[in-house]
Amino acid sequence: MDKYETHEHDVIVVGAGGAGLRAAIEASAKGAKTALICKSLLGKAHTVMAEGGIAAALGNVYPEDGWKVHFRDTMRGGKMLNNWRMAQLHAQEAPARVLELEEWGALFDRTKDGRILQRDFGGHRYARLAHVGDRTGLEMIRTLQQHAVHKGIDVFMEFNVQRLVKDGDKIAGAFGYYRETGKFALFKAKAVVLASGGVGKSWKFTSNSWECTGDGIALAANAGADLQDLEFIQFHPTGMVWPPSVRGLLVTEGVRGDGGTLRNKSGKRMMFDYIPEFFKSETADTEEEADRWYDDKKANRRTPDLLPRDEVARAINSEVKAGRGSPHGGVFLDIASRRTPEFIKRRLPSMYHQFKELADVDITTEPMEVGPTCHYAMGGIRNEADSTATKVPGLFVAGEVAAGMHGANRLGGNSLSDLVVFGRRAGLYAAEYAATVKTQPTVDAGELEELAKDLLGPLDGDGDESPYTIHHDLQESMQANVGIVRREDELKVALDDLQKFKARLKKVKVDGNRHFNPGWHLALDLRSMLIVSEACAMAALERKESRGGHTREDFPKTDPHFAKVNIVLQRVGDELQRREEPLPVMPDELKPLFEEK
Amino acid sequence: MAASNFTFRVWRGDKSGGNFVEYAVESEEGMVVLDCIHKIQATDAGDLAVRWNCKAGKCGSCSAEINGKPRLMCMTRMSTFEPGATITVTPLKTFPILRDLVTDVSFNYEKAKQVPGFKPGKKEADGTYRMQQEDIDRVQEFHKCIECFLCQTVCHVIRDHEDNKEAFAGPRLFVRYASLEMHPLDTNDRVALLKEKQGLGLCNITKCCTEVCPEHIKITDNAIIPLKERVVSQYYDPVAWLLRKVRGKKTEAAE
Amino acid sequence: MNKSLKVLQPSEMIAGSTNRTDAWWKEPLLVVMVLGGFAIYATWAALQNKHYFVAPYLSPFYSPCLSANCADCTLPLIGKWWNLSPAFLILWVPGGFRATCYYYRKAYYRSFFGSPPGCAVRDVSKSYKGESAFPFILQNIHRYFFWMSLVILAFLWWDALHAFKFEGKFGVGVGSLVLTGNAVLLSLYSLSCHSCRHIAGGGLDVFSKAPARHRMWKTFTKLNENHQLFAWISLFGVALTDVYVRLLSMGVIKDFRII
Repeated sequence: MDKYETHEHDVIVVGAGGAGLRAAIEASAKGAKTALICKSLLGKAHTVMAEGGIAAALGNVYPEDGWKVHFRDTMRGGKMLNNWRMAQLHAQEAPARVLELEEWGALFDRTKDGRILQRDFGGHRYARLAHVGDRTGLEMIRTLQQHAVHKGIDVFMEFNVQRLVKDGDKIAGAFGYYRETGKFALFKAKAVVLASGGVGKSWKFTSNSWECTGDGIALAANAGADLQDLEFIQFHPTGMVWPPSVRGLLVTEGVRGDGGTLRNKSGKRMMFDYIPEFFKSETADTEEEADRWYDDKKANRRTPDLLPRDEVARAINSEVKAGRGSPHGGVFLDIASRRTPEFIKRRLPSMYHQFKELADVDITTEPMEVGPTCHYAMGGIRNEADSTATKVPGLFVAGEVAAGMHGANRLGGNSLSDLVVFGRRAGLYAAEYAATVKTQPTVDAGELEELAKDLLGPLDGDGDESPYTIHHDLQESMQANVGIVRREDELKVALDDLQKFKARLKKVKVDGNRHFNPGWHLALDLRSMLIVSEACAMAALERKESRGGHTREDFPKTDPHFAKVNIVLQRVGDELQRREEPLPVMPDELKPLFEEK
Repeated sequence: MAASNFTFRVWRGDKSGGNFVEYAVESEEGMVVLDCIHKIQATDAGDLAVRWNCKAGKCGSCSAEINGKPRLMCMTRMSTFEPGATITVTPLKTFPILRDLVTDVSFNYEKAKQVPGFKPGKKEADGTYRMQQEDIDRVQEFHKCIECFLCQTVCHVIRDHEDNKEAFAGPRLFVRYASLEMHPLDTNDRVALLKEKQGLGLCNITKCCTEVCPEHIKITDNAIIPLKERVVSQYYDPVAWLLRKVRGKKTEAAE
Repeated sequence: MNKSLKVLQPSEMIAGSTNRTDAWWKEPLLVVMVLGGFAIYATWAALQNKHYFVAPYLSPFYSPCLSANCADCTLPLIGKWWNLSPAFLILWVPGGFRATCYYYRKAYYRSFFGSPPGCAVRDVSKSYKGESAFPFILQNIHRYFFWMSLVILAFLWWDALHAFKFEGKFGVGVGSLVLTGNAVLLSLYSLSCHSCRHIAGGGLDVFSKAPARHRMWKTFTKLNENHQLFAWISLFGVALTDVYVRLLSMGVIKDFRII
């Protein structure tokens, strides 16, 4: 094996989206020597795609809002499967995190009196999302990125982490390769924060970028951490459906927050037919009330267009299946007939731009065609609410890769706030933990040698499988068998397929050398994707009920047994093993928040 | 547009050299240049190096030069070309080549490190800040920047004159400086730095940065020229200088 | 897939000065012709020292007319010793204003200096210091030319007003409208200037604390968005106004009286 670089740090953060950046800033501020490692260039992480806003009960638009209301909305949106403590911390700390972003230079849209303006979003009782037009994620990542750069944090770009190395049972660092040169490097560290984002690239229609291959989940599983809730995949109800090359691209919920409505083929506002019992009391049942709600939230109930995402995604799915969809297999999202062109262009500039440039559709005069797209993993790595610590000593997690905060379904806007609330906590506790580790852990060089050989396998092998073909087949299978609506037989087909893909991946062969070779990178990313896909299919098979981001055609109702447990997976040898773990119990003083008023 | 055939002439190689390789690509309705590059990867050239992330014009990763023009591959629709056309794709010229369509853009990150950070003034009594929308409209335009570095690659100051790289921040960074200088809360002063070390004077406002900006930021008119005017006020305008002396106004220069 | 045989250096990726396939050279060529044509005509017209006044119309190339040898003196500031064309006394002001204008700079740097001739087209010159060194560092005096141009502009409006006075009585000729149109176009060009926009409020960081200047800045910003357009049409305007007066004076055409 050729020589590899070695770096030594107290804390390394894997992933430079919102959570990773915020963790690195915090760890560095606490005095830890911190490295930030990212798979792309700095500032290109998937956070940049977040559009609508960041949820925080600032109470600027509705003074009635407060953490308790936000907490309640989050738990109800998550179908009560959330880790209550995470949801509480999130609701309590989000406002401070938003104000902190402003202090670091972010410019949110303003209210008349010069405060941060907040917009409506699905599942939120009050207008709660601080935002910048429809490019809030960009504002957030740029602010954090620039703040981190000025703090002098070491940044390693275009580096893929392939293994978390351990000293005994404790974290000792991370090993991987530079995308540019293909050269290996070892980052020795006392603590690691995984903030590596989502898993969407296993599905065919997804809003996720190439990066979202679930690396963090695979790394943690291989290091011995528990995975949790992986059956809950959020299909965002509104992705673009036409033209084919952009299918899955996100259309922000802000369109509906700002007055857009979903219509079927005959122009009917379809969501009024899909109001579930659970949300009846707080949802408008006439178009008139729904339209009044935009201006007067106290006297009226929320429009069903803004039901939580799982409800809307299922509704669109049903309409299309019943033959009431739009020409290209979606439904219509209409804001053109409801708001002025000036309003639309001011509030939704990048949506206007996106449809104009990519689909030749002018959203100020025509409706958009939208359909569900794989968007977000509620599940991920099991961790403690306050510290984000996993069961592997020295391993902390934050952001989409972490499980628990969002339960069975995430509310729009809660992701950006999740990133900064738990990003900060992960950085803080990782730094604190690192300070208690007196000597730099040691790494077994023999293990790395073997790993390096394994990683070069796709280049050296004599197989004939193309990584691109395996990826294509994986996406087809997951889309067909582990999609929005699932069935036992289909899930089993998926699990069978996954075994075949694993075997095929062993015979993968890529052209070219180690220099910036996308074929090789994909071959390695596929290892993560297969682990995540298998975990998702296994957990989905186990949860014999329908709840949030997990719908079973064969078990269409919620089940009281599954209301009290998380499905947890653990890697033992080469196998994933599953078990049920009881939910943490909410303290009595919070329970009255959920009693019907 | 139905399916049509195109010939892609793609630069393949690294810093030691390379050449153009031609690929035949069939393009379906709605496809963009990046889709065609992906198609080439999946069928003909699995190791064709290219950067991309969001494929929606939001991350600014897939910058390249298409028929000689710096553009985002994900926002260049195939329907803008004549069927049967030959399309030349090369990496960004201004930055050192790494491999195929991927260049070393660390120049931009190094220049970003030299920007004196945001330094807000005092908070209101309630511990928060107040800003009016009209105070931030101008700066929000600059915050739209997705750091695709197309403006940096097209700028002739460094594109054609390697020796200027040391002393020139480039349009992207001027946009960043403008966003800080015009930020209603910021108290740092970067005007001297812009004039002395970041090469604002090297810009001859020929506007190519504005022409290639995929976010349609009016880089020259709204960022660079206003900064140049601020430099004039501080250094080349005796009346403004006198007014400052009379009023005894002090500015705090950032290092 | 077919590979070309010769290995190219990365610097040879671009054949010639650009890989662009469109007619990028059209724009600089047009600018050379129009701007060059104007400069030649203006110099010629200024050298003529005649046919610039036909009561009540004074050509903008000669306004304000400041020397004793003027055909129609606006302000007798300069004595008889000046025996050159009076145009030279004032033409350097609008000339300097346009020469240092942020828009014209772009136009002539591209078309006359080839730096760059077009976007992603190689610079003509090998070394480049831009506006950081002599001579182009002098562009920084643009705002003073702006102030001086406002003075000239005031005179042009004065001329336009006078163009409605025929032997002491109010009247309207085609020339009255031509001179007024010229003053309007030059006003649009001057007030859309980038320096003007800066002076109005561009230097402020907090607009809400100076609402009047913010309103001004917003107005000038709107105008500024069309600065390029105003630059060209006012250029044609001023040349055509001179041509009109000149042809009248030469007796080639007659002024049509409307009122």
